[in-house]
Amino acid sequence: MGGFATVLLVIGINIVLAVSLTVVNGFTGQFSMGHGGFMAVGGYVAAMIVYYGSLRLWGSANFAGGFLSSASGDGAWLAGGDVLFVVACLAAGLAAAGAGYLVGLPSLRLKGDYLAIVTLGFGEIVRVVLQGTAPQIARSKADVVRETPVWKLATHLGGAQGFNLLPTYATLFWIYFAAVLTLIVVYRLKMSSSGRAFLSIREDEIASQAMGVNVTKYKVRAFVLSSFFAGVAGGLYAMYLGAINATDLGFQRSFEVIIMVVLGGMGSISGATLAAILLSILPEVLRAPPPVWPAGLALLVVMVIIQKVGISFGLTRGPADGIVLNIAISMRSLRRSWKFKPLVIVAGVTMALETARLVCLQQQIDIAQYRMVLYALMLIIMMIVRPEGLFGVREFWDYLPRRRAHSPSGPVAEASA
Amino acid sequence: MPLLQVSNLHVSYGSIRALHGIDLEVEAGKIVTLIGANGAGKSTTLRAISGMIPSEQGAISFDGHSILGTPPHRLLEQGMAHVPEGRGIFGNLTVEDNLALGAYIRNDRDGIRNDHERVLELFPRLKERLKQSAGTLSGGEQQMLAIARGMMSRPRLLLLDEPSLGLAPQFVQTIFAIIREVNQQGTTILLIEQNAHMALQVAHQAYVLETGAIAMRGPASELAASDEVRKRYLGIA
Repeated sequence: MGGFATVLLVIGINIVLAVSLTVVNGFTGQFSMGHGGFMAVGGYVAAMIVYYGSLRLWGSANFAGGFLSSASGDGAWLAGGDVLFVVACLAAGLAAAGAGYLVGLPSLRLKGDYLAIVTLGFGEIVRVVLQGTAPQIARSKADVVRETPVWKLATHLGGAQGFNLLPTYATLFWIYFAAVLTLIVVYRLKMSSSGRAFLSIREDEIASQAMGVNVTKYKVRAFVLSSFFAGVAGGLYAMYLGAINATDLGFQRSFEVIIMVVLGGMGSISGATLAAILLSILPEVLRAPPPVWPAGLALLVVMVIIQKVGISFGLTRGPADGIVLNIAISMRSLRRSWKFKPLVIVAGVTMALETARLVCLQQQIDIAQYRMVLYALMLIIMMIVRPEGLFGVREFWDYLPRRRAHSPSGPVAEASA
Repeated sequence: MPLLQVSNLHVSYGSIRALHGIDLEVEAGKIVTLIGANGAGKSTTLRAISGMIPSEQGAISFDGHSILGTPPHRLLEQGMAHVPEGRGIFGNLTVEDNLALGAYIRNDRDGIRNDHERVLELFPRLKERLKQSAGTLSGGEQQMLAIARGMMSRPRLLLLDEPSLGLAPQFVQTIFAIIREVNQQGTTILLIEQNAHMALQVAHQAYVLETGAIAMRGPASELAASDEVRKRYLGIA
């Protein structure tokens, strides 16, 4: 599989993770650092079901999927292996949701930093426990697997070596199926009256209580829902890599997801999605930075077209006519009306990046060596320039000028319209 | 029987006694005000009534049922809405969403729509700002929104905690006019105020709270005329 397809798979999994964490960190404003832990719970449950399940059912842990999981064209759309895989992912979600319920309970009393510490502790406990499990039973020993009771199999999770040699069922189809499903569920939730209740908890817990929102119940619900999808993502992750190791799912993993949520804007689904895409691509792009100017130029053209048509971004307001002409006229009009601000920013950033790239090329500096530094630097700049995240607490389409009834509105808005 | 009856209510914050033995009655259809200085326990009384903080001892009954220890979301279902101090509006949500959250516990679409329109008639300024983030409203408008939101649950009893706090004098007049209007439309109101002058003008009954206990009670007009109250709370010699 090519590098590009791999990045697409990672993007899909990260969308599931970021959008699901939005429910806890973005909607209800709790600060959970345990997303990696929930992912690990789900991942191991799915790995166990698929690996030992295959050995029990078919005597081998080889790939036994249909077209949707292999895209190789022969055989049925779905085969036994796919069904086992889907069941495993659902079980992964449920197991993680159960863990989410347990972790959500202390969140009734804890807030902010304190909750963060509890969830961080949970993630570390999961990691350490998984690393302490017994070695995986080898693929060749199907008869041993058959004879071992299920509860005992659950202790053979590979320990520090991780759970390896899994059949890889998680193709683009399944991963994006899960991503779209997550997006739909979370979007529907946000736009519902329950979603409004979630948001009200973030805004003001006391007032939310005064509105009749059962704050306790909703906080736990947020945890359960969010960790369900984290568990599914864990299952997909294991079945895409063909292996899972708890070491990779520690707090650093949780932080990556938190960064996506914060960068996208607290509670913004489209923001979290975009951030998940950008942050999955960024480290790969920085390995060998391609020329920036084509992208910059394309973006500029698109922005000019959008302004011409009368759609403005959040940074600008007011009608935009004759951009090209205006630029030609004088700097005076530029200073007078700052509707060019985004254009100038994009052009400036493009030129700066291109200059930096050329300098590095000329001086024979290997950018790839500094890629994590650059990555961190970009995050810092982003947070300074736009601390509320890409889209703030809103969605992408809220910035389009003629706003449709897209803000979370329920019966009242419909009725009054 | 009064709509709300509080007797011998005790509340403590840790080892600190905030209320020792409050007796209070709110008759249906009336405006009752609770006035007192900073730290007298006004907000504490209100929070204990609406179940946001636990009471140590005493009895609270609403519409004949004991509501001691009932969580706030249940009380709202029974018809008691609390507009918290400092307004507590949801700043990042639109005015419309704030109002919708006020009707969160209700399921009757037509009723909610009617109340939505009724409330907007009462607060025309909010009508102009339905799509705006509530955080961008002025202080007075936010207070209007808080009251409007409280009314969206169609409560029988509205608990108002310092609605005039931090408002320009002109807005204070408007808010009190609205409180009177809301009451005339049939909602009973328990009003907590530092602005004793205004509170005693709109209220029917009044209680004076001093360091956790009721110091005086009576018809508002009588208290407004008493030398003690005039000296201590109205600043008139």
